[in-house]
Amino acid sequence: MTPVVLLTGFLGSGKTTLLQRLLTDASMAGAAVLINEFGEVGLDHHLLDRIDDNVVLLKSGCICCTVRGEVADALSKLNTMRASGDIAFDRVVIETTGLADPYPVLQTLTAHPVLRSHFVNGGVLTTVDAVNASLQVEHRAEAVRQITAADRIVLTKTDLATPEQISDIRARLLRINPAARSVTSDLDVPTILGGFGPATFADTLSSDHVCTPTCGHDHHHHGHHHHDADLDVTSFSLVIDGAIDWTMFGTWLTLLLHKHGDRIFRVKGILALEGEDRPIAIHGVQHLVHAPTHMDHWPAGPRQSRLVFIMEGISPDAIRRSFTAFTGLADVRAAA
Amino acid sequence: MCSLCGILGCDDHWTNAIARPGIYTRNHDSQSRRAESARRVKAANEILSYRRLKLDIWQSRSYVVSSPTGASSVFEALSHLWPEAETLAGREFDPLDEGLLSWMEERARS
Repeated sequence: MTPVVLLTGFLGSGKTTLLQRLLTDASMAGAAVLINEFGEVGLDHHLLDRIDDNVVLLKSGCICCTVRGEVADALSKLNTMRASGDIAFDRVVIETTGLADPYPVLQTLTAHPVLRSHFVNGGVLTTVDAVNASLQVEHRAEAVRQITAADRIVLTKTDLATPEQISDIRARLLRINPAARSVTSDLDVPTILGGFGPATFADTLSSDHVCTPTCGHDHHHHGHHHHDADLDVTSFSLVIDGAIDWTMFGTWLTLLLHKHGDRIFRVKGILALEGEDRPIAIHGVQHLVHAPTHMDHWPAGPRQSRLVFIMEGISPDAIRRSFTAFTGLADVRAAA
Repeated sequence: MCSLCGILGCDDHWTNAIARPGIYTRNHDSQSRRAESARRVKAANEILSYRRLKLDIWQSRSYVVSSPTGASSVFEALSHLWPEAETLAGREFDPLDEGLLSWMEERARS
């Protein structure tokens, strides 16, 4: 299976600059690159240094509503060319437009009857402009969705931002998507990409954020709960003691995303299942749940299931109560 | 083929994706697979009974959800259960609904 990395980020947030740097790294030597042209002029295309046989320029404008078929067509074309020996690649990078919602592209990878046998989600890399992102997050739902979909956030233009701006956007990113690690774009490429992928969140959940009395959120819920006042985006984590029944969990999460997937931007977690020694990594974006995977081993710390929700307009207490009612597990509580 | 969208091989629900010994492996151990399928039907029926619906396995390869008035709907993948059930019941199944949760909590206590 060939991983597909989605490079997203709001308009002007430095996606193409980052892509140029990524492509200079040896680990990306075998990458095929799909870029999107927005408007009449393929500006991103002309800014991109590396245009070779493995680059397919998507034709239409907004990837989120019009070119899902083109993403599928472009990936199918790449796959056909590789099968016939015309090209070789070991991963694909798709650079979306600045207004794209990453969800339809991820859905394409999972739902397409042919592509899902050849390609797998390799993670979402989201660029965030340290100077302007705070304003974008307050006013543009696209910017929030790109951040919530991220597996890794790359903070750009930190050399142009004040320390206060950087501090503010870091706090916002932590509130909106505590499951994604943030790095700055001035780091070297191996550090930016280190451990990057859709199922590499366990360390993030267990160590990157420790709730303290000064982190600025309320503590009265039975879960760990951050709230972005401007867009009503809430991140919330559950810690569950006791092994989970996979059948009941699957029934619950399927029904939950069926009814509320448009408001649950992200579900990410590590689960201890009945009858399993190794943890299961689970990863969902809106209505879509990617294929869960066995992790090699438990991360450091207690063997507890952890689930992070990033959602809009849903009460964390309602999620916790529903989980308890469906699974029969009563010991569902706040993150450590 | 998916009865709703006409796509071949679409019974690919995410809960099937991890290979758990004897249960989710697709090409052998049919006894365990049938047992897991029965467990899934039982789990779904615990929720469906809130609106007096019932799910059964149909001809070993599909599912049928039916109402007390005799209306029924056959579908091939469990991922289509909830839209089918909601159509049949004429009402939604919302796992955050106060009424459903209170009903489940009361059943758990009794």
